Parts: sequence; C-alpha cells; structure tokens
Amino acid sequence: MKKYLAQPASAQRVSVCLLAAALVLYPLAFSGAFYRDIGVTFLLAAISASAWNIVGGYAGQVSVGHSMFFGLGAYTPLLFYTLWGWPPLAGIPVGILLSVGLAIVIGLPTFRLSGHYFSMATIAVAELIRIFVGTWALVGGAIGLQGPAMSRGWWDLTFRGDLPYYYIFLAVLAFVLIVTFALERRRFGYYLRAIKSSERAARSLGVPVRRVKLQALALSAAFTSAAGSLYGVKTGFIDPDSGFGILVSVQMVIFAALGGAGTLFGPLVGALILVPLQTAANTWFGGSGSGLTFILYGGIIVLIARFEPGGLFDLWHRFAPRVWRRVHAA
Amino acid sequence: MVLIQVIVGGLLLGAIYALFSSGLTLIWGMMNFINFAHGEFVMLGMYTALLVVVWLGGGPAAFGLAAAIALFALGVAVYVLLIRHVVRGPMLAQILSSFGLALLLRYTAFWIFSANFVSLPPTSLAGTISLGGIYLPIAQLVAGLVAITLTIALHLLLTRSTLGSGLLAVAEDRAAAMLMGIRPDRMQALTWGLSAGAAGIAGALLATAYPWSPSVGETFGLLAFVTVALGGFGSVLGSLYAGLIIGLIEAVSAYWLGAIYKDIVVYGLFVGLLWLRPQGLMGKA
Repeated sequence: MKKYLAQPASAQRVSVCLLAAALVLYPLAFSGAFYRDIGVTFLLAAISASAWNIVGGYAGQVSVGHSMFFGLGAYTPLLFYTLWGWPPLAGIPVGILLSVGLAIVIGLPTFRLSGHYFSMATIAVAELIRIFVGTWALVGGAIGLQGPAMSRGWWDLTFRGDLPYYYIFLAVLAFVLIVTFALERRRFGYYLRAIKSSERAARSLGVPVRRVKLQALALSAAFTSAAGSLYGVKTGFIDPDSGFGILVSVQMVIFAALGGAGTLFGPLVGALILVPLQTAANTWFGGSGSGLTFILYGGIIVLIARFEPGGLFDLWHRFAPRVWRRVHAA
Repeated sequence: MVLIQVIVGGLLLGAIYALFSSGLTLIWGMMNFINFAHGEFVMLGMYTALLVVVWLGGGPAAFGLAAAIALFALGVAVYVLLIRHVVRGPMLAQILSSFGLALLLRYTAFWIFSANFVSLPPTSLAGTISLGGIYLPIAQLVAGLVAITLTIALHLLLTRSTLGSGLLAVAEDRAAAMLMGIRPDRMQALTWGLSAGAAGIAGALLATAYPWSPSVGETFGLLAFVTVALGGFGSVLGSLYAGLIIGLIEAVSAYWLGAIYKDIVVYGLFVGLLWLRPQGLMGKA
C-alpha cells in the first residue's frame, strides 16, 4: 500500500477535486464544436478504458477483445430501434445483459486455463462476432445500423449539440470511477490484486479465484457495453468495424496501459494524453492519419511493455516522492 | 470429383497452416509465451519473397530461402531486443509486447506496401497438373508438400537431435539446463529464430500460390491460434494434424456454405474447443 501514500492524502484529494472541476467546466470554457468533440471523445475513451481496467488492470487478465462488449452495447439499442422503434434508452440495459452473458460464456472455460489463453480467446471471439455481424442481414450486415434521425423525446438520447452528451458521459465516467474506487478498497479489490500478483498464492490462501475473475469480467463487460451504447446513440450509426473492430479493443488496452493499468486514474490519464494526440495526427496527416495512428500505437505499446509496464503512474510514483522531498526540504 | 479437388486443395493449404502454426506452438512450448505477431511474420515472409523476386530475381528455392533467413534474423532480433526483457515480467507486459509488435509490423506494412492485393510474378512452378482426374496448380502442390516435409523436419529436430534436447531442457528447467552447460538465452533466441523462420518459409510458400495484402497477417495469426488450440499447446505434431484438419474444414465449408462463412466456421470451432477440450488434441491440460 505504500505506493498509494507516496503523496500526502490531502494533496491527492485536492488534485482529484481540481480534475473534476476542470472536467465539469471544460465545455463552458471551450465552446467550439471541435473542442467539444474532443471532450466527448476523451470521455468515451476514458469510460471504456476504465471499464477494461477492472479486469485487465486490477485482475491482470489481459483482454484484447473487449470490442465484443463495446459492439454489443452499441448494436443492441440501435437494433431494437430499427426493428421495433424502441427508444435507445430501453435497449441499453438489454445490451448490458447480453454482454454480461457473453462474458460468462467466455470466462467460464478460459479462466480455468492460463492467462494467455484468455487473451487469445477474447481476440478470436471478438473477430468471430465482427465477421458474423458483417454477414448477418438482420443487423445491417457490412453497412451497419442507424439510430433515430429525429428525437421523439429525451429517452431517444438524440440531441443536437454535443453538450448534453458531454455531461451524460461525464456522469457515467464518474459512476464507473466511483464503483472502481469502492471496489479497490473492499475485499473484492484485494482479491483482484492478489490474483494479479500470483494466482496460485491467492488460491492457496482461499481466494475463490475463478469466481472473482468471472465477476470482474462481468462487471467490466457491463461498463464496456454501456460505453458502447453511449457511442452508438451519440454517433447514431454503427457498423462492424466501429463496434467490433480490433482498434476498439486496442484503444482500451493502450489508454489504460499508458496511464497505468490497475490504477484508478490511469486509464483517464492515458486517454487525456492519447485522444488529443490522435486527433492531432488525424488533422495533420488527413486520410493517411489513421494508419499512422496505428503505427504510433504499436510503437507506444511496445515501448510501454519493454520499459514501463506500470505505465506513467509507476513512473510518477518513482519520481514524485523525490521531487516532493526536495520541495519540502527547501 | 469437385469435392475431392476441394479436399485436396484444403489439405495442401492446411499443410502450410501447420508449418507456421508449429512456429507458434514452439514458442508456447518453450517459454509459455503467445506471440501475437506470428501472423505478421508470415505476412513479412510473403513480402520478402516478393521483394527478392522483383529486385534480385531467382526461383522459388531462392526466395523461400531468403524469406527463411530474413525472418530467422528478425525473430532473433525481436527476442534479443524485446521479448528477453519482458518474458519474466508481468503478464500485461508479455501480452502487450507481442501485441504492440503485431500492430507496428502490420500497419507499417500497410504504409509501405498499401492495402492492395499483390501476387508474385509467374514462377517456374506455374501451370497445373492432372492427378487421377483432379486438377491442381503445381505451385499449390509443391508448397503443400514442402510445408509437410518441413513441419516433420522441425518435429524431428526437436525430438531426435542434441539441439532439440537442449531446447527442451531449457523449457523444462532453465536453471538445471544452465548447470548442464546449455545457454538458455541462446536457446530461446534460437527458438524465436526457428519459429519466425518457419513462418517466413510458410509465407514464401503461400506467396507462390495465393495473392495477399498486409491484412493477411491478422487472418493467419488467428488461424495459427486456432490450429495451436486444436493441436494442443507446445506440440509440433499436434499442429501438423490440426493444420491439415483446419485446412480441410475451411475448404469444405467454403465449398458448401460460401467463402465468407469459412472464417465463421473456423472461429466457431475455436469457441467450441474452448468449452469441450481446451487442451487440444495432443495437449496436456
């Protein structure tokens, strides 16, 4: 626990309050469409990366196919709207239920085996779903689905500007982080960290390893699905690649890993750095930007793995105490 | 008769799957490490073959050998520069290292070679032959047979040679192997070289008979997972059988259901295996 006490608790509390205030005030300070778009993209990235973090970071079960939950969440509301005219808000819980079901189906067999197996299974299942959805006419095939063009009421979650989305996303992000914070300090959180550092040791000490991993995956899937739903209703459009594509999974992993996997604010910090960078790359390099973004991501991931597997969080906690001491000594 | 032709074609392609999958299973068996960039090694083998043919000329033997050597070198380099440093680190670092490498190689290839499909100019293996009423492109036949031979050779190298014993000794017990005068780091570098080299040759063999683009890396990488999962982790012989089975299933399902569905059938098989027999055909749980 020493890691968490690297700074005095009051300093930590102040910085969290500052961060919250900055996020609440951001759209009021920057009202241009471009800045609001970046803000919304950032919040969405932070939500999904924080959701991934629960199973990938805290429990150390590295999923590289979380897009399956994201895509399910994004597709379900739009599918129900297309089929029966349900308001998207009603489809979101169904998407969450489906995602939790899928999480259990994948987790039950793979959590018996080593962690690598889980990673492989997630990427293969995500790819299976992506290809399958692309050939299934009912869910729009390769073209995808569209949401309501005109809002019939607030429950359609179809708004003109980005502002309402911004605050909805911010509320969801706050919820995800509060739940994670609460879990971190309970027995469940200690179980997760125990499993991450040594599964065998955790089991021998009586941690119900498989059940805990499964619960973490289910919770992570539910949040990821919600993030997908928000993406779906915000863009009003979803296709196999933007829902189930590998980039979706990669982003969750890289945001969390850059900031610090298994830390509360790590995914948020990762998204804070990479989302503007990605937007800048797309603006500067135009159409070829997306390919370059991937190369950049690959490079960053390799460098993190090689030099800083703890992410920026670890780096900070190695350097911050020294700085702190020097400041106070002076 | 068409069905027989489909089956033979599937088995010949499956032999190549077996060759590159044996590289993946080798690394898994040696060091409990899953290389997410393995499909990209196959893809790079294909482009190496193309570059050698275009720049230097030469027949299938020349570019096959060139692809093997180039990828062997790449495999050793990847081990020395990256994998060696993460393999005893946290799980996240292990998975991210090869996953990031896969993205880096794949999208660099997209950047350099563009997303267009390419194929080799006609080689000395052009043309078809008729065997008892079935028509086969010579390139496919030769590629499949070479792939089977090499996979069996790899299996024999591991089980029958001193070098193979050294490799297995390191996999079994690193410290004990070191006491016996085996250098684990060298053996593991060699494993990565062999694994990537197998992928490289498999790529060159595929290039003689099939067109490709940088995106095949992802397809072959996933296929290799499925093959290794079916054959059992760490078993070269298992991946030989599994590769043939998967080539067969793919060909037959493409013939009956349509080409789009063959991937669904193969990945569906993987999900089914996960539930029923996660240790694979020849693996130990």
